Amino acid sequence: MNKRTVYPVWFVILPLVFYVVFFLMPSIMGIFYSFTDWNVRNRGDLSFVGFQNYIDIFTSEENYASGIYNTLKFTIVSNIVKLIPALFLAMLLQRGLRGKNVYRTILYLPAILPFLIIGLIFKSVLNYQDGILNVGLELVHLGFLKQKWLSDPEVVWKTIYMVDAWRGIGYVMTIFLAGLNAIPDSFYEASEIDGANFFHKFIHITLPMLSGTIMINLVFGITYGLKVFDIIYVLTNGGPGRTTEVLTTYVYKLYSSGQYGMAVALNTILFVITMAAGVLIVRGMSRKEVEL
Amino acid sequence: MNTKGKLFQTVLKHAVLLFLCFLVLAPFSLVLVNSFKTKSEAARINLSLPTEWRFENYTEVIQKGKLVQGFTNSMIYSAGSSSIAILLASMASFVIARRKTKAMELVYYFFICGLFLPVNYVTLSKFLQAMNLTGGRAGLLLTFLSSMLPFCVFVIKNFVSSMPSDIDEAAIIDGSGPIQMFAVIVLPLLQPILVTAFILQFMGVWSDFITPLYLTSKSSLWPMNLAVYNFFGKNTSHWNLVFADIVLTVLPVILVYLAGQKYILGGITAGSVKG
Repeated sequence: MNKRTVYPVWFVILPLVFYVVFFLMPSIMGIFYSFTDWNVRNRGDLSFVGFQNYIDIFTSEENYASGIYNTLKFTIVSNIVKLIPALFLAMLLQRGLRGKNVYRTILYLPAILPFLIIGLIFKSVLNYQDGILNVGLELVHLGFLKQKWLSDPEVVWKTIYMVDAWRGIGYVMTIFLAGLNAIPDSFYEASEIDGANFFHKFIHITLPMLSGTIMINLVFGITYGLKVFDIIYVLTNGGPGRTTEVLTTYVYKLYSSGQYGMAVALNTILFVITMAAGVLIVRGMSRKEVEL
Repeated sequence: MNTKGKLFQTVLKHAVLLFLCFLVLAPFSLVLVNSFKTKSEAARINLSLPTEWRFENYTEVIQKGKLVQGFTNSMIYSAGSSSIAILLASMASFVIARRKTKAMELVYYFFICGLFLPVNYVTLSKFLQAMNLTGGRAGLLLTFLSSMLPFCVFVIKNFVSSMPSDIDEAAIIDGSGPIQMFAVIVLPLLQPILVTAFILQFMGVWSDFITPLYLTSKSSLWPMNLAVYNFFGKNTSHWNLVFADIVLTVLPVILVYLAGQKYILGGITAGSVKG
């Protein structure tokens, strides 16, 4: 049988063309344009400006560098805030709790909603004056917990993590649940006979058996975190001031104001960070496979 | 452990889970209840039932929010790009998985890179403008379908690899060409993973906000998402209408979720246990 005729190459080439032209090429072209003075006025003739856009990013009064810091911070914190509770939730549901599927269906529900919608809903929930959260806190005599959830610079990041967790925990939990279901019950039963307590079982069975699933959650979580846009754009649009500005929101602002060269330079920084994260993750994953 | 302790533990578990379900469902009911209220009543956003049920909110928002147009656009973007991407990804995955050469493995990893990389919307939007692709729906469709290829190739290729290749050989011996074999024999066998990928991508496009934000200039091309956002911008104080708008926008995704739950959760399981 001739592989060449049975499995035609154009089956691969055609999708590849779409992928390269409409996905990869803009990113690669962006790297090139980040070294030019591209802006809304000089479409036709660009001139090469070397690293000027990058220098501007780090020296500008706009403090774009804080966007890099905030992006990394969001990626790390939001993942910790979601992964740990989600793991324990999955363990709660793991072994034949009645109503397991109903719980799972409900807890996963926020993950299917558009971020935009979640942002709008929480804008109303978190409103300082009439929002149901503050009103509810007053009602149960916890008024001292009231906050300016979206306008106090000290609080606003916590609010974003909270909303993000509201959306994401059920999703992460579902992935953990799949991983937990793949651990044979006999492992736990055997260790129970040996007198292992909850903590022993967790450290010696659950965690090691779950390493692949944890990795998957990290991959999804890290790539999501680095590229986060919608939820911040809708909830705070980078505010108050520049407190919650991340790379993608800065890129959009620069794009809207016609400073394309700066915008693509900032996007290139994001590109490099995601590449680096991707390489680290893939290397970590292949090491895992070798161990197995 | 004694039975009393076990019972206590079970009760505690249910209490925790019920509380969490309440936290998840409360905002949903908030939106639903307030979408039927009058403007002034909905201004004090709370969970009490409306004193007067205003179903007109919905008809009003469908007209004012241009929801029919938004729904049509969303449907075309979601269904169109997902189906084309899945067909293309199946073709690529099939040949990549069967040929098993070094070059094909490279192509596979080349696709997988796209799972991590951010799209450069700035250059993409200018590129589409230069290609005259921003006047209609084609630009967005192409963007969506291209950006979902990495994920689709990732899951479908894994699925093809687990399928025996004797089937293709039998088909070829029977005298069918590659296209016929692919369409008649391979695609039906891939059906479970294709349904999963389709539902996930469909919901992904339906929820996508940043792509149309960058790439559509005309309001007639907006998907529902963007229409809602714009409506909110113009009617910030009309929470009743904004909520009605939200209900209509999320209803399709919730229906798809409830109907296709098996496939969605199955897809997550397939993707995660493999890795």
